[in-house]
Amino acid sequence: MLSFAAWSAAEGGHAGAAGEPSGFLGVLAQGAWLIPVVPLLAVGLIVLFGKRLPLKGWELAEGALVFVGLYGAALLIGNWVDPFAFERHVEIARIGVLPGGHDLVLEWGWVVDGLSTMMYFVVGVVGSFVFTYAKGYMKGDVRFTWFFAAFSLFAGGMLVLVSSPNTIQLIVGWELVGVASYLLIGHWWEDHANNAAAIKAFLVNKVADVGLFIGVIISGLVVGSFRFTDLLDAVEAGDSALADVGVWVGLALFIGAMGKSAQWPFHVWLPDAMAGPTPVSSLMHAATMVTAGVYLLGRMFPFYQAEGFGAGLKPLILVIGALTLFLGGLLALVQDDIKKVLAYSTVSQLGYMTAAMGAGAYTAGLFHLFTHAFFKGLLFLAAGSVIHAVHSNNMSDMGGLRKAMPKTYWTFLIGSLALAGIVPLAGFWSKDEILASLAYDGQHGGGGLATFVLVLALAGAFVTAFYMARTVNLTFFGKYKGQAHLHESPRVMTYPLIGLAALAAVGGLVNMPGWFTAFTSWLAARAHPIVEHHASGLNWGLAALGTLAALAGIAAGTALFGRDRATQRERDRFRIPVLYPLLEHKYYLDDLYDYGLVRPIRGPLARAANWSNNVIIDGAVNAFGVVARRLASLVYGGFDQRGIDLGINAAAAAAGEAGGALRRVQTGKVQQYAAALFLGAVALVVGFLIFT
Amino acid sequence: MTINQFLILGSLLFSLGVYGVLVRRNAVAVLLSIELMLAAVNINLVAFGSLLGDTLRTGHIFALFVITVAAAEVGIGLAIVILIFRNRASANVDELDLMKW
Repeated sequence: MLSFAAWSAAEGGHAGAAGEPSGFLGVLAQGAWLIPVVPLLAVGLIVLFGKRLPLKGWELAEGALVFVGLYGAALLIGNWVDPFAFERHVEIARIGVLPGGHDLVLEWGWVVDGLSTMMYFVVGVVGSFVFTYAKGYMKGDVRFTWFFAAFSLFAGGMLVLVSSPNTIQLIVGWELVGVASYLLIGHWWEDHANNAAAIKAFLVNKVADVGLFIGVIISGLVVGSFRFTDLLDAVEAGDSALADVGVWVGLALFIGAMGKSAQWPFHVWLPDAMAGPTPVSSLMHAATMVTAGVYLLGRMFPFYQAEGFGAGLKPLILVIGALTLFLGGLLALVQDDIKKVLAYSTVSQLGYMTAAMGAGAYTAGLFHLFTHAFFKGLLFLAAGSVIHAVHSNNMSDMGGLRKAMPKTYWTFLIGSLALAGIVPLAGFWSKDEILASLAYDGQHGGGGLATFVLVLALAGAFVTAFYMARTVNLTFFGKYKGQAHLHESPRVMTYPLIGLAALAAVGGLVNMPGWFTAFTSWLAARAHPIVEHHASGLNWGLAALGTLAALAGIAAGTALFGRDRATQRERDRFRIPVLYPLLEHKYYLDDLYDYGLVRPIRGPLARAANWSNNVIIDGAVNAFGVVARRLASLVYGGFDQRGIDLGINAAAAAAGEAGGALRRVQTGKVQQYAAALFLGAVALVVGFLIFT
Repeated sequence: MTINQFLILGSLLFSLGVYGVLVRRNAVAVLLSIELMLAAVNINLVAFGSLLGDTLRTGHIFALFVITVAAAEVGIGLAIVILIFRNRASANVDELDLMKW
């Protein structure tokens, strides 16, 4: 049993619900609907006019993201000065009546509270850096303009998701992100592997999305409204109808969150998603897409905390998070592809966030999301910079890049140390807060399970530091083993690295327990009170232990990979008999899915589909075709050619003949016309005389 | 008062005018012939006006209107003739066959 001298975490009831903003802040919150709309508008404009613009549409995408970042920053500062929670709904349509007698209302809306403001800021700021970087990285790409349209759609979809006050709009954003990720992962679709990765990401997400849909439908039917506020109000009021299905709603929504946030065993799509261009990986892992699941858990946090509703699922969330953080971290150890190391690292860090949510630590989980966005975005961009120079993803082609790429090296190092959790970089503060919350949960209701997860999390910290030390050593130290000519990346790529490195260094300082906890109060500004485990002071014991684990990891990684190893076999000399094959085959999970799910279904299903296609559908289509052709020839020969054409031709011929005859009358001689006029007058007079 | 002399004179003048319009080739002569027809009409108007003894002298006044309109018509007609002459170096009516298909 672990025990430490002073438990600094406490059950924090953040003071009640935050109110509506007033004055300038109110105006700012009113206008926040622009945040998702501007990037989506940019998508349309880029698609329509992008190619004619001087920078091929990039300026629109970048402008939209900078706008979002500035708006998010303004809201964040406003929220700091005067915490507020704001939401508006615009009714789009009433499309029926729910069983409870409520109208089924489709609404579009926007939420401006601590949680969504934090997400606006992260998406906008990280997105602006990534878009700037992408201008250099994607230079000369055949589908440059299209790339930025899809990239804006990606960010816009995420903003729709986080600005949503109801679950329907959440699904819209959720799916927009999914579609955009599909487009971006498969951006270089000429290579079949990229296509396959895009489809895999889409399908794995889709499987998990079924959970989200079920949860949304059940909760909407039971509560009679799709608004989060109504749902959380029902939780607060102890609605018995909702309590009856509470576990199922919570489970279904959590499965949806597991898919997007790549929790074990749905994590398989995330490493494959590395097939996309590196800026995509960066944004996907930092600000958009994978954070959506954690965001959903945060949005529904009071639900998952409420006894009788979602609280029963907390052990499950905790275990899934712990499994993900540990197993994902181990996988990062054996990867040769630098992007896959980072991808599995993301899986692992998402596990930390989910575990924190499971332990009832709202601030800790989302704080880790916040800091992780900066350093993981940075790490991916720096890895992209390396790949840009080396023309290979494999660390066996790298080494010794420290000299040639100093800016990339230093920023990557800062990102790695932040990820490993070295004080005072961003990762230290958030990881420590998670550890403290897990420890607190272990003593207050979480029991042995939470303590076990705490041990796993500490081991995870060691693993994290270990694989990052390995990556840094293999990439930047030793001898260069690649072929390509080395060069530092252009400034358009290194400046975003420096910006993100600065954020990764100081981003954690917004939440130093005991000294400065602005972040906590930002996040607590919600329409519903948040009751959570939250550190009230730095937990020295755990901080020391976490730092020790990180330092041990760095030491071990440097000891094993510090000196230059000539061959891959030597590099992997740490391979452990049973574990290594298991890791190399990714726990055989892909194989399990392939042999257990895809193939048994694909074979018979494909044959059945083929049969039904050939026999039933083709038969019907062919029969229809034959009948239609007979009928058509009948109509053509009998009715059309003989009936209608005859009449029309006759009319045309008659008109032509008459015209030919009559045109001789029109000589153009004025005097002949006058004569005709005169004769006509005479004829009239004669007629007049005769008939009167 | 007998009206026959006036009507005979009018019909003679009118017939002369019609003949001129239909037969003369020179556009100016055609215009002159139109004036003849208008003059015949004026004679008829004045003659019938006097015969009916209209105190408002409607026939005479109407004749004045006809003269006015005739003056305007000749003005436009001559302008057209001059333009045609400038463009085609001829004012012969039978050479103008623009008004056909």
